[in-house]
Amino acid sequence: MLKRVHFPPGVLPYLLVFPQVAITLVFFIWPAVQALYQSFLVEGPFGLSRQFVWFQNFASLFQSEAYLNSFGRTFFFSVCVAGLSMGVSLFLAGLADRVVKGALAYRTVIIWPYAVAPAIAGALWVFLFDPTLGIVAYLLELGGIDWNQNVNGGQAMALVIMASAWKQIAYNFLFFLAGLQAIPKSMTEAAAIDGAGPLRRFFTISFPLLTPTTFFLFVINGVYAFFETFGVIDAVTQGGPANATNILVYKVYQDGFVGLDLGGSAAQSVILMILVMALTLVQFRFVEGKVQY
Amino acid sequence: MVENRPLTNVLTHVGLIVGVLLVAFPIWVTFVAATHDASRMNQVPLPLLPGGHLWENLATVFGGESQPGGLATPMWRLLLNSTVMAVTITVGKIAISIIAAFAIVYFRFPFRMFFFWLIFVTLMLPVEVRILPTFEVVSNLGMLNSYAGLSIPLIASATATFMFRQVFLTIPDELLESARVDGAGALRFFWDILLPLSRMNIAALVVILFTYGWNQYLWPLLITTEQDMYTIVMSIKEMLVSAEQSPQWNLIMLTALLAMVPPLLVVLVMQQFFVKGLTETEK
Repeated sequence: MLKRVHFPPGVLPYLLVFPQVAITLVFFIWPAVQALYQSFLVEGPFGLSRQFVWFQNFASLFQSEAYLNSFGRTFFFSVCVAGLSMGVSLFLAGLADRVVKGALAYRTVIIWPYAVAPAIAGALWVFLFDPTLGIVAYLLELGGIDWNQNVNGGQAMALVIMASAWKQIAYNFLFFLAGLQAIPKSMTEAAAIDGAGPLRRFFTISFPLLTPTTFFLFVINGVYAFFETFGVIDAVTQGGPANATNILVYKVYQDGFVGLDLGGSAAQSVILMILVMALTLVQFRFVEGKVQY
Repeated sequence: MVENRPLTNVLTHVGLIVGVLLVAFPIWVTFVAATHDASRMNQVPLPLLPGGHLWENLATVFGGESQPGGLATPMWRLLLNSTVMAVTITVGKIAISIIAAFAIVYFRFPFRMFFFWLIFVTLMLPVEVRILPTFEVVSNLGMLNSYAGLSIPLIASATATFMFRQVFLTIPDELLESARVDGAGALRFFWDILLPLSRMNIAALVVILFTYGWNQYLWPLLITTEQDMYTIVMSIKEMLVSAEQSPQWNLIMLTALLAMVPPLLVVLVMQQFFVKGLTETEK
């Protein structure tokens, strides 16, 4: 943590940490404390009066069907995004790990989505699935499927899942590939000499050895799906139709920024903070401890 | 390769090519849409091969005072805003993280660990979970609709601080000892030894942070109310909303393309650093 040899203390180290700490205090800690404080308040009409109500905001959240539905929807969405994206990435990384020639060319294309903003990714997928013009919607119609994400909640959910998962393929692919390439060649070779084919080797050697990477990515993808997909949702569905894609992060924004329900939105913020903290701790506890092999 | 399986090798390439085509398909379709004129983009089925109207569309998008969807901001302004925001965030994050990591690794001072944990906590407080109060802070400081407001609140970075801390911890103590024997002070040591040794990591962070800054969406959405301060990534939303009435998909998709080209170029040009930096340090 600290170097054995170090410089004498003085003002300098404080000056060095000052910018980072100042920004953290002003723009991170202070607003978080505010959110915590506001979550215990109910604001009267026109913002004239404030009343301290203890856990009433939280209680009404957990009694609200809309919020509980949003909770369930968010978990469903996150598991689908993580599963779909990691599945595709693992498949591609498994193939790319076998390739000797051209591996770099494949990688160069697969990392493209990393550079695309979630909101732009949303725009791309909206265009593909536009009910009247979209190419994929057109193909689906030829196949007898009537696609309209603006009306059909299930299709809207499927679309935001695909757009979010697509964006994350690049990241997962790079980590899976690095994980696969870190597996000692001698193990694979020994298994090959024993007569295990490529598929068998993948499932009995590579995949188990990738467990730490897989776990790490599952947490990272979960955090991504929970928080960073705001842009996708806002560009594609704005939480609709009929709240079918209204995940927690979007609901905080809608209730607080659009609906101006101060206490309710703050209570939602606090719940989300607890969720991120739990996820971050899990990530650090498990991943930092177990990732070395 | 430990064995010779020609059929499996062919299948591997086939699988990869199909995968690559699927991953690239949305981007390809965007590019194709940006090269056709408006009338072609209203006929089903839409084209899958590029047309000849790219320059014309570029001229329309850059020449006009307003964008599809009635957004009254010139394209150059949207791109400028995004560039300023992304560059400030990149430079700012790297600068304040590297000096903070330097202090935490190379100095023993009261509250050292307290500062370390304080920085760590920022990992747990993404903008998304503290939307309203952060907006209030920025608004009270009079930073709405300004470049400072767009970038400074996003500059704190636990990830970058950790990464530099990791790098510094691998640098042998002997370097510091000999530098001190030669009479180098703390800042001299930082400038002449630590900074050059962190070059590769800085390069990796440039890619990751530029992409991060450029792709911000919720933050600019909250703190810009004047259209002059909009970024290109947020402008796409208004265009999409307008697409339901008057779909000018060729221009909308061209804007989407313009919004993704800068980070894409940075990622591709600096691919080596990026891949190494990402997979080695983010864990």
